[in-house]
Amino acid sequence: MDRRTFSRNIAVAGVAAALSPFSIVRAQAQKLRVGVILPRSGYLSFIGQSCQKGADLAPGVLKEMLGVDLELMNADFESNVDTARTRAERLIQEGANVLVGPFDSGAAAAIAQVAEQRGVPFVINIAAAPQITEQGYKFVFRNFQTAGDIVRNGLALIGDLFQATNTVPRTAVFMHVNDTFGQAMAKGIGAFMPKMTQLPFKIVDTISYDPAAKDLTVEVSKAKASNADFVLLVCRLNDAIILRREMVKQRWSPMGIVSPGSPGMYEEQYFKALGKLSEHSISNVPWYNPNANLTKVVEKAFLKQNPKDKLVFHGLNAGFTFEALLIAADAFKRAKTTDPKALADAIRQTNITDKMTLGGPIKFNEKGQVEGIGSACVQNRNLIPTVVLPANAATAKPVFPVPEYKKA
Amino acid sequence: MAPELVLNVVVAGVLTGLVYGLMALGLSVIFGVVRVVNFAHGEMMTVAMYAAAALFAAFSLDPFLAVLPVAAAFFLLGYALQAGIINPFITRPEHSQFMLLVAVAIILVNALLIVFGPDARNVQVGYQLESYELGKLLIDKARVFAAGLAVAAALLLFSFFRFTLTGKAIRACADNYLGARVVGLDVKHLYALTFGLGSACVAVAGCALVLLVDVTPGLGPYYTLLAFVIVIVGGLGSMGGALLGGVLIGVSEAVAGLLIAPSAKSMFSFGLLILVLLLRPQGLLGKRA
Amino acid sequence: MSRGRVALALLFAALAVFPAFAGAYALSVATLVLYFAYTGQAWNVMMGFAGQLSLGHSLYVGVGAYAAGAIFFHYGIGPWAGLWVAILLCVALGVLIGFLAFRFGISGVYFALLTIAFAEFTRIGFDHLDWVGGPGGMFLRVAQRDTWDIANFRGPPLMYYYVILALASLALVLCHFLLKSRAGYYWQAIRENEEAAQALGINTFRWKVCAVALSSAMTAVAGVFFAFYYNNLFPEQIFNISRSIEIILGPIIGGLGTLFGPILGAAVLTLLSDGITELLAALGWEIPGVKQVFYGVVLLVVVMFLPHGIWPAVARKLKLDA
Repeated sequence: MDRRTFSRNIAVAGVAAALSPFSIVRAQAQKLRVGVILPRSGYLSFIGQSCQKGADLAPGVLKEMLGVDLELMNADFESNVDTARTRAERLIQEGANVLVGPFDSGAAAAIAQVAEQRGVPFVINIAAAPQITEQGYKFVFRNFQTAGDIVRNGLALIGDLFQATNTVPRTAVFMHVNDTFGQAMAKGIGAFMPKMTQLPFKIVDTISYDPAAKDLTVEVSKAKASNADFVLLVCRLNDAIILRREMVKQRWSPMGIVSPGSPGMYEEQYFKALGKLSEHSISNVPWYNPNANLTKVVEKAFLKQNPKDKLVFHGLNAGFTFEALLIAADAFKRAKTTDPKALADAIRQTNITDKMTLGGPIKFNEKGQVEGIGSACVQNRNLIPTVVLPANAATAKPVFPVPEYKKA
Repeated sequence: MAPELVLNVVVAGVLTGLVYGLMALGLSVIFGVVRVVNFAHGEMMTVAMYAAAALFAAFSLDPFLAVLPVAAAFFLLGYALQAGIINPFITRPEHSQFMLLVAVAIILVNALLIVFGPDARNVQVGYQLESYELGKLLIDKARVFAAGLAVAAALLLFSFFRFTLTGKAIRACADNYLGARVVGLDVKHLYALTFGLGSACVAVAGCALVLLVDVTPGLGPYYTLLAFVIVIVGGLGSMGGALLGGVLIGVSEAVAGLLIAPSAKSMFSFGLLILVLLLRPQGLLGKRA
Repeated sequence: MSRGRVALALLFAALAVFPAFAGAYALSVATLVLYFAYTGQAWNVMMGFAGQLSLGHSLYVGVGAYAAGAIFFHYGIGPWAGLWVAILLCVALGVLIGFLAFRFGISGVYFALLTIAFAEFTRIGFDHLDWVGGPGGMFLRVAQRDTWDIANFRGPPLMYYYVILALASLALVLCHFLLKSRAGYYWQAIRENEEAAQALGINTFRWKVCAVALSSAMTAVAGVFFAFYYNNLFPEQIFNISRSIEIILGPIIGGLGTLFGPILGAAVLTLLSDGITELLAALGWEIPGVKQVFYGVVLLVVVMFLPHGIWPAVARKLKLDA
């Protein structure tokens, strides 16, 4: 259900459209207008479009589940922070009661300021930068792990992985992208590793690389030369593909590639580009519980709207986007009004146990952050991202080390 | 640092550098003769990469074979672009040229996005992931072939400029525009020819590079900048300089990545550019204007 | 009063009362337009007046923003003090680049590439500088958003609008007087024919460096504004070459070296960009990338057929001057 507001003012300049006076839509508490702001073009486009799938199926599912009417107002911020800000302003001006999005931390920070300034609640679907919920905002809520949480959970799962497979790797080489996300993760690892004494391995070398790099020969050569048992990798999609290929070219087969929490290796493009080579890569990421009731409902709706696709390739993106809308709808149901302040208060009282992602109930702390969101150990098996840990959500047993492993 | 690590990295740097050099060669030829600042250079190469990828997807045509049709097509396109749009801009100030080509670049990048979508494309030939083994040295097969293609193309171009009449005529235009016209050379046609040749070079480089790198619509600007760095370091108007510059940048980035943080290796290239601009602006093998 | 002055006064009056009619969205767009008008004017000093093409102006925005931002972040010192540090740093950088370039006789395309190299070098450098947050970025604390606090530069979006309007207006006035001054004539002489200017006894080296210094100082102020308006800085975004290109689009499309060029250019481009988005949405052609293709085509057409920019053509039509 897209917003198709026919603009009467299509002057070449488009000024008139922008100059309509601000009007707060005092709805009769019938329909909640949700501004969904995602990067559907620009370099984040494939992720934005993935998240959009989660948004698109939400109104139908939530109407059945909660009896609530949602109207989606979709906006594309073109992977550009300035545009994120103006789009957010635009959505609010056109009557959005709540904002949902945006996937990217930079855009989230920009939109958060607008939301706070205008007093409109903003539910973040995916963004890991910890600072966003440290600014004392009253209208910003995040149902996603911060980089610190991701690392902590990811490292714990690594410990579980070794226990479940009875392996004791001694050394790891830590490779990470040098961008906002990678750096936050690196900091997290530096902070948490010393405390997690149950982990049997040490990091023997840290190699940071440019996320836009097309050639990672040097990086892989260095990693190979470290003779580490396995690779601890914080990556993005394109570099993950390049790295995997380079490892084959340099004939390096460590025990495995394990990510303590980053995108890339579970995404569809990774499988398409690498085929068999994608097998057995592991990502410890926030994920949905395949056995949860809500997951099954969402999966059905997903397949109806996307018959040629599989929810599992969009698990993280679509799952968390759907949950953000769930939060908005649930708050609307309890608040019985579209007044932004009341909605924000209602969101603060959220306590949802019937959810689809792993972990404890959706409850916001005083900073607007949900604590206790769980992660899963997701391994690539037969070209499908498969949950192998925790055991109660698993659909297969983990494989580690990989079959091609040969001691250096 | 183990010697075989350094050796592996340096060899890879040389090979990749040769491919970069070929790309820069196209720019050097265009810039050196027509004196137009082609800020859409990287974007043109991206289009060539997509062409090679599409041909592979449709006909399983190996990029090395695709070189011929793609280069021919680009020659014609380059000729048309120069004769049609760019020609009036030769005498205009740099910022106008820059704006023109930035506009062209924006159109190209987004047209690619519309046609091909944002997902990365690549070419999966049989020998893609194989490597030659020479003792402790592991050399990527695809990289060797790509470098070989680059050298072959460069030699071809070099002999064209050195030994054919048209080539000499073009060099005359570059050396002395007025003199060339006085002597009766059809400068407009020769300029267009040069642009076509430069574009063909870029096309060959694209076909070679698609074996090493996945292509996305936004790949262009990075390579445009790289091409300029190489051309300036190597020396404008010098073909050998372009290749040498490419190798130099390829190796120095690799070594810098090894010794300092890999994420900072581009800093090195820009630092090198600044030094060359200040100390030897004609580049390593260029002639003082 | 000449027609030009009247038009200018009317424009200023319109902009001053604009917020009374505009919604919050229009206000944010207008703030962006004025920001680019101001930065374009600053860049114009270097290019339009002294003829030096800088393609790395994001360097000054970034350094200015980070300087003031870092001082605020680490020491809690307000933007007015940070402003001077920002200006000083940027002027030092500008003079350095200018000195190196002009002493070694670098001009034209080479100079442009030199500026790009410096901007890129700094971008990657800041990505590795932990004191300013590295790639994770720097987030500035926002104390409040309700009351106008000019001293700490915190307040509602309306305040930011008027500040940038004031800045853009001051820049316009400054450039007007500069153009008419001795410095202005020297600069124009250098721009038209440097050798002839030198032959006349003008110390072209000194004046060129002055132009660069002034331009970078003005841009530094834009950087400080940026820091406290957006409140988060990422090296990847602020030093990016696309930002440098954004800055120069306005003046080039609007009219290089003219007073009104940068403002007109900035307005036209922003409204064009938004207008195309609206048009495409209304037509239902929301395919990613279509908007940018349209945008590119318009740019191409303007560059090809209006080589001196839009303003000179408009001015001729309306019989205004300057």
